Amino acid sequence: MRRALHLRAAAPYLLLLPGLLWLVLFYVYPAFQMFLTSLWTGNIDSGYTQTWNWGIYPEAISEYWPWLARSIVYGGLATILAFSLGFPLAYAIAFRGGAYKNILLFLVIAPFFTSFLLRTISWKIILADSGLVLGPLKDVGLVPEEFRLLATPAAVVAGITYNFLPFMTLPLYVALEKIDRRLIEAAEDLYAGPWRPQGTVVGLVIGGVLGVVVGLVMDYPAVLMGVAFGALGAVVGTFLISQAFIRVTLPLALPGIFAGSLLTFIPAVGDFVNAELLGNPQSLMIGNVIQARYLQVTDYPTASALSFILMLAILVGLFIYARLIGTEELTGAAI
Amino acid sequence: MATSTAVAARRAPAARLGRIVDRWLLPIYLVGVTAYLILPVAVMILFSFNDPTGRSNLTWREFSFDAWLNPLGRPGLAEAVRNSLVIAMLATLIATALGTMIGLALSRYMFRGRAATNVLIFLPMSTPEIVLGASLLTMFVASVQLPIPQGVLFPLNIRTILIAHIMFNISYVVVTVKARLANFPRHLEEAAMDLGANEWTTFWKVTFPLILPGVIAAALLAFSLSIDDYVVTAFTSGQTETFPLYIYGSQLRGIPVQVNVIGTMIFVSAVLLVVLTTLWQRRVAARDYGAGI
Repeated sequence: MRRALHLRAAAPYLLLLPGLLWLVLFYVYPAFQMFLTSLWTGNIDSGYTQTWNWGIYPEAISEYWPWLARSIVYGGLATILAFSLGFPLAYAIAFRGGAYKNILLFLVIAPFFTSFLLRTISWKIILADSGLVLGPLKDVGLVPEEFRLLATPAAVVAGITYNFLPFMTLPLYVALEKIDRRLIEAAEDLYAGPWRPQGTVVGLVIGGVLGVVVGLVMDYPAVLMGVAFGALGAVVGTFLISQAFIRVTLPLALPGIFAGSLLTFIPAVGDFVNAELLGNPQSLMIGNVIQARYLQVTDYPTASALSFILMLAILVGLFIYARLIGTEELTGAAI
Repeated sequence: MATSTAVAARRAPAARLGRIVDRWLLPIYLVGVTAYLILPVAVMILFSFNDPTGRSNLTWREFSFDAWLNPLGRPGLAEAVRNSLVIAMLATLIATALGTMIGLALSRYMFRGRAATNVLIFLPMSTPEIVLGASLLTMFVASVQLPIPQGVLFPLNIRTILIAHIMFNISYVVVTVKARLANFPRHLEEAAMDLGANEWTTFWKVTFPLILPGVIAAALLAFSLSIDDYVVTAFTSGQTETFPLYIYGSQLRGIPVQVNVIGTMIFVSAVLLVVLTTLWQRRVAARDYGAGI
């Protein structure tokens, strides 16, 4: 009898032990080893020695900060674009999906059933200089002959946005689907009407700023992009955003926004496949540097320092983000 | 009275616009975005029927069945596909078992260290893949100095890939299983115990059949993550080649059409598998509903 009681108290730990041991041995310990390796000196031929070379960190940052900064900008931009595309998509499926809800959700996750690499290679075919998109546009003369999409920063950001769009859309859908529709009706009954003129101004400003940033990052005329995105934002803000949406739907969707943006941003910042396949040498990201330092140059200390910096930056950012928009409950939603 | 008509008049155009948005804008948007999501998959399938001139399958020339008649007819391709399947199956099996156990512990026991366990589960999912791969590589390389038998962790081979895949799959399994366990009917287990079943029998006769759909969903997710993984595998593979590594390698020397054929096969089987399990779960749900559960 006593033995059975002991066993019952130990049950959760027995269930946890093998899995957690695996994570400690092959996640926690390697991260620690990576930190130790970053302080090594030497090379692959003559061997490495532990020299506690702390100077590697300032060195690595000062040498590779453009790549780090570019990764954060591309990742952030892809996250914002995925949100702009994914939110209306999730909203439409959750609120207007009707009988097609499951089929639409299935189409959202269908790209996951294909290889990530093959999808990215498909974009290479689609975006090629006389491919599916540019071919017809050039034939009718809408786009100059020398204009290209492939091997530009725009293609890298578009590729990342595409690849992680389902990660953004699914948590948003889950959060929106859970909202009690009666709350929105109640808000409307209580005179929550269109959100004018604030919607116009907010849409204009957000769209304008986003357009200028996209223009600057992708080397397109920034003013023109700002005006175009700003106009689009103003139209959306004026006609599609209601007070009920701002006061009820959006706050209730916050856990989904939190989870979706993390699930998109984190893999986006570390990605190197899109930059490698769709970009050019000037649009490489920190992932490309880490990959090359490890697998081609075998400069383990620098590579380890860079990937440790990347890991630390993301964990610190995650913590601040959770504090800013999240409570315990929100981090729970991301888990 | 006057105010309410004024409000009604002000709301009327907005309501009309709302109807237009409902009826036209959102459906058009839905069709557009889903087409955007599916387009690369369609291109991949289409190009599996291509007959390219050079070595690279990047421009359309003419329709051909050749690659479909000989889908493994490239040196090294069969080996790579076999490795991928073996790794994915073993990683799925082990990660699903380990992850389901953690999921059970987290959702039905209150114990010391719960919060820490949740953090440890969450961390691998919020670490970029490249960092996971890189840290494993440094650990494997440094392991030669550890007092463990030679050949366990280094040199890199199919075993180190498997270790890595199990590691990144565990968290996803835990999250999926936990979600399904959230509203588990505990009274059924209590009923079984009241009727004299011991804990072991209760688990296998009551608990396990009820969580099985969640476990299957987790296993499907783990399998698809594992068979498609490029980044972590690239860091932990050594000389071993998997299907994603083969694609990446051939994308430098020219992608053979066979790659698209196998990609299409994987896509079609994944779709079929998901459709079948969904149908099966619906039948089970309908049966349980009929039985009054």
